[in-house]
Amino acid sequence: MTGLITIRIAMRALVRNKTRSLLTALGIIIGIAAVIAVVAVGQGASVTMRNQISSMGNNLLLIFPGSQKAGGFHGGAGTQQTLTAEDGDAILRECPMVQAMSPMVRAGGQCIYRENDWATSVQGVNVQYQEVRSWDMASGSFFTESDVRSASRVCVLGQTVAENLFQGEDPLNQTIRIKNMPFRVVGVMTKKGSAAWGQDQDDTIIAPWTTVRRVLQNSPFNNVNQLMMSLVSMDTLPAAKDEISKILRQRHRLNPGTDDDFTITDMTEVTQMITQVSSLMTMLLTIIASISLAVGGIGIMNIMLVAVSERTREIGLRLAVGARRRDILMQFLAEAVALSGAGGIIGIGLGISVANIVAKVNHWPVMISASAILLALTFSAGVGIFFGFYPAWRAARLNPIESLRRE
Amino acid sequence: MLISLKEISKVYHMEEVDVPALRCVTTNIDTGEFVAIMGHSGSGKSTLLNLLGCLDRPDSGTYLLDDKEVSRLSSDELALIRNQKIGFVFQNFNLLARTSALENVELPLYYGPKISGAERQERARALLTRVGLENRLGHHPGQLSGGQQQRVAIARALVNQPPLILADEPTGNLDSRSADDIMALFQELNREGITIVMVTHEPDIARYAKRVIQMKDGEIV
Repeated sequence: MTGLITIRIAMRALVRNKTRSLLTALGIIIGIAAVIAVVAVGQGASVTMRNQISSMGNNLLLIFPGSQKAGGFHGGAGTQQTLTAEDGDAILRECPMVQAMSPMVRAGGQCIYRENDWATSVQGVNVQYQEVRSWDMASGSFFTESDVRSASRVCVLGQTVAENLFQGEDPLNQTIRIKNMPFRVVGVMTKKGSAAWGQDQDDTIIAPWTTVRRVLQNSPFNNVNQLMMSLVSMDTLPAAKDEISKILRQRHRLNPGTDDDFTITDMTEVTQMITQVSSLMTMLLTIIASISLAVGGIGIMNIMLVAVSERTREIGLRLAVGARRRDILMQFLAEAVALSGAGGIIGIGLGISVANIVAKVNHWPVMISASAILLALTFSAGVGIFFGFYPAWRAARLNPIESLRRE
Repeated sequence: MLISLKEISKVYHMEEVDVPALRCVTTNIDTGEFVAIMGHSGSGKSTLLNLLGCLDRPDSGTYLLDDKEVSRLSSDELALIRNQKIGFVFQNFNLLARTSALENVELPLYYGPKISGAERQERARALLTRVGLENRLGHHPGQLSGGQQQRVAIARALVNQPPLILADEPTGNLDSRSADDIMALFQELNREGITIVMVTHEPDIARYAKRVIQMKDGEIV
């Protein structure tokens, strides 16, 4: 008997009992659909998170001032004022692994353009900030080196600020007031979206750090809130951290054995966390999938045993007209695999629809991978073979004489 | 000589008791014979028919079918012999439910040498025409009378052109008129050269056969 005919006979037997076949396959359908849907949504979410992290900037490294120790008490992180823009320049000069560097001074305040006002944060940075954050201009241009040197009152707007202050008007070369100081708008940044922790990165104004320090904060000192730098390559991260640390300790004249007065952080921890979460999710999924497929498989085994005992006479007849035991085995095995395979295919379809609905509601991208679909198909067919074998074996072992006599 | 049985014995083991079903049966059946095997229940006539049909193997003795020793063949080899050399007709027809007459007749062709679907259908159609059911090709067994169902079963038995037909109480479930029709069909097939061995306990039916083998307590009398 050829394979094609075996499959056709199996399909016909299943179609003959439509309701029963559907109910039996339901276990597999639900299991596969759940896995496909969760994998698709999960991968979509993971990609979104990765995109948000890389939107922070490429190979980003952040240096914060350390905590101050005075009279035996530790202040919070950033309470020391030892980190300066000159430190950043020195690192850029001496450490070839660092590609670009920008100091960062934060201020906040009410911004006003005509009758519109908007409270936002002002980031004081240098001209390399654009490179560090890999952030392009939507219109106009970034401020220049001489703007930084002379602490000019110029600024660049994030999209959110531009929309709220100007409401459709062209902001270029207009003058806004930040904390009552006039600033000329020289450019608008492109939209960057929200950061990994949900903050709107476009709700900001960018100005020369010198201007923020001297004009908005009214301070003559060059200490900064943080230094941002991008590395040439992420591979050199540990070496770069080491070298930066060495340069800073030397510049800050720290004796060996004393604590650093700065902290270097990078994005690897966040990336690691995402990897951990996604591998945990994969494990959970595997468990759920295994359980539901096993439950579905047991259902198939059960119904196949029923089918074998219902069709004992048919088996006896097939044996009498020349079927070999192998033919009977294959026939019932094919039926079980057709059942689970069809369940798998329906499950994949259902899973994809559910994933699309979830994605639409949550505005996530859906990632339906071919490998997940292939794996689901293989597994559902495997379940059919595994759980269908025992009933098929029982059918093939039947005695033709007794089977024919069965009422 | 189509069938040659020599000193065939068969014992059934039933919970510590051995029940001898056949004791040293020796008989020959020639090509073209029409034999009725008669006897009371428990006389061993069904056991004999099962052995003749290669559904079972004897404990001892030799069985030559078409000059070939078949009593020691493997189950796959027996399956092929059942497929090619023997056609079965049962008391309860044993047709596949909710399956057309045409497909029921085609069934043995699936287990023999490979032939095309078109040829399979053609042969089944020809045989159904032969038994007078050319207008019932697509009917399911439930839509056919008992006599018609048995005709479908006979067409199925003939589809591989076997030299031997084994019938187990073929008229047991039929009214006397259908029974006479079926027996007339058997006689017709016999005239065409097919050997028929039939188990029955009705003398009226046995009368259609050319020879009657009487069995009692596992022996031919």
